[in-house]
Amino acid sequence: MKAILTLDNLASGLVTTIWTPVFVAIFLAIIAYAFWPRNKAAFDEAAHLPLREE
Amino acid sequence: MSQPSISKSMTSGESGLAVVFAVTAFLCVIASAKALDAPFAFHAALSAAASLAAVFCIINRYLDRPAALPPAEINGRPNYNMGPIKFSSVMAMFWGIAGFLVGLIIASQLAWPALNFDLPWTSFGRLRPLHTSAVIFAFGGNVLIATSFYVVQKSCRVRLAGDLAPWFVVVGYNFFILIAGTGYLLGVTQSKEYAEPEWYSDLWLTIVWVTYLLVFLATIIKRKEPHIFVANWFYLAFIVTIAVLHLGNNPALPVSVFGSKSYIAWGGIQDAMFQWWYGHNAVGFFLTAGFLAIMYYFIPKRAERPIYSYRLSIIHFWALIFLYIWAGPHHLHYTALPDWTQTLGMTFSIMLWMPSWGGMINGLMTLSGAWDKLRTDPVLRMLVVSVAFYGMSTFEGPMMSIKVVNSLSHYTDWTIGHVHSGALGWVGFVSFGALYCLVPWIWNRKGLYSLKLVNWHFWIATLGIVLYISAMWVSGILQGLMWRAYTSLGFLEYSFIETVEAMHPFYIIRAAGGGLFLIGALIMAYNLWMTVRVGEQEVQMPVALQPAE
Repeated sequence: MKAILTLDNLASGLVTTIWTPVFVAIFLAIIAYAFWPRNKAAFDEAAHLPLREE
Repeated sequence: MSQPSISKSMTSGESGLAVVFAVTAFLCVIASAKALDAPFAFHAALSAAASLAAVFCIINRYLDRPAALPPAEINGRPNYNMGPIKFSSVMAMFWGIAGFLVGLIIASQLAWPALNFDLPWTSFGRLRPLHTSAVIFAFGGNVLIATSFYVVQKSCRVRLAGDLAPWFVVVGYNFFILIAGTGYLLGVTQSKEYAEPEWYSDLWLTIVWVTYLLVFLATIIKRKEPHIFVANWFYLAFIVTIAVLHLGNNPALPVSVFGSKSYIAWGGIQDAMFQWWYGHNAVGFFLTAGFLAIMYYFIPKRAERPIYSYRLSIIHFWALIFLYIWAGPHHLHYTALPDWTQTLGMTFSIMLWMPSWGGMINGLMTLSGAWDKLRTDPVLRMLVVSVAFYGMSTFEGPMMSIKVVNSLSHYTDWTIGHVHSGALGWVGFVSFGALYCLVPWIWNRKGLYSLKLVNWHFWIATLGIVLYISAMWVSGILQGLMWRAYTSLGFLEYSFIETVEAMHPFYIIRAAGGGLFLIGALIMAYNLWMTVRVGEQEVQMPVALQPAE
């Protein structure tokens, strides 16, 4: 077996693997956004949106 | 009111579309004349006729309309565009009844095979995709288009974008259904489950769907409400993902541009994986995300309560989006698909329990403070029971995706039972509930013609669902156990025909359940028809109607 760690392998390995931490980070950011205390008022208002249209 | 005198002329959309359809009609006539097979000739002729009708409608509409296009606002209030929504609602009811009826026919064929009539056009193999496409894409699709056009306008407080474009979407989509459905009966299919339509219907659907996306996006972009309501997120995910799935699963090379037969670009296990990536996400984004949008708008509206937790709805949305797309491989357990891919599909399916139940809880808890309305309002009851069925089938689905469970359940009627607890209970009931709300709203009626009939519909259909799914559970598990039963000498204990025989009584019960569901839908159609015909007109606010002298 030849050495696995070539620049090519490293690059393609990174490109295919990077999505897992990226997606996890994005998802955690979304959870933080949803629970951010300052957003609460806006969300509570949005929950009423179907009820207050003409 | 002094009308500024505008000289009347066709918009570029009207003239452009009329020319495009005129050219299309011409090309379709040629295609029909040079067709290599009869169904293709029929479809080309049908398309030519439809294109001519489109040219006629566009010109006629132009001649009938005033010089100015409908204003976006009247007296500072949005001038909502309800015409295409009415069309889609009517089509939804029509296709619903057609689809349920074909379902009843094929259920009866399984119990009494003589009902095939030994004719190719009425054989199970051709009627089955007609049933699935009619209920999912024709009934469900029209409900989704109608409600999405309604919700996006109301929650953005702005008129639907486009003048002809929304009409192009609703009529074009139903023409796609017509081509696809008649194709199945004539034996035109690319043999991919839930993606049976051949290359030319696929191309047409792509054009219609992209227009749908553009109309929806353009309406959101010009919104008056700063916040994009969560239902619109779900609708957008549904529209975008269906576009991606459709393009991913259907790249095909036609044998000839004058023939219906094509070959798919993917081969072997890649084709199978693409098919079930498509198939399961059609469940996830068509039958789930789209109808969750209905849940998030119609349940608060009908219960007159705010969404229980808007935060949860945001997490519900993104968790569903992140997880669903990976679940497809559970349709290919114990096949040539690599083992790790099967395990991946199973794992993501199990993780889906979380967002599914989060969403269900959010929908149900929206009733806090309004639970008493379940007793008096059968429409709300229908909506709420649909969410309960959603919870039930999204519990069952992940369980069935576990490989050891799947080894018993796969290829048996258990799967059919599972699908129908979702399709009849969740998608069907939430659609019925939405239409019961929508029809009085868009036709300006005070309320439904009869709540009593809704009550009848609710109970008859519920009984039908219970008969259907319990019959399929028993039949499916029986079937699975019989298939894997060995004698003490290591031979299979039952021949295949013995398992078929054992299922016969359950097939009759299932057909009875389907029949009840159809009766419920007929009651509904009558009720909605009477609502539009004799329902009491909602009193308009006089301010809005009085023209300023």
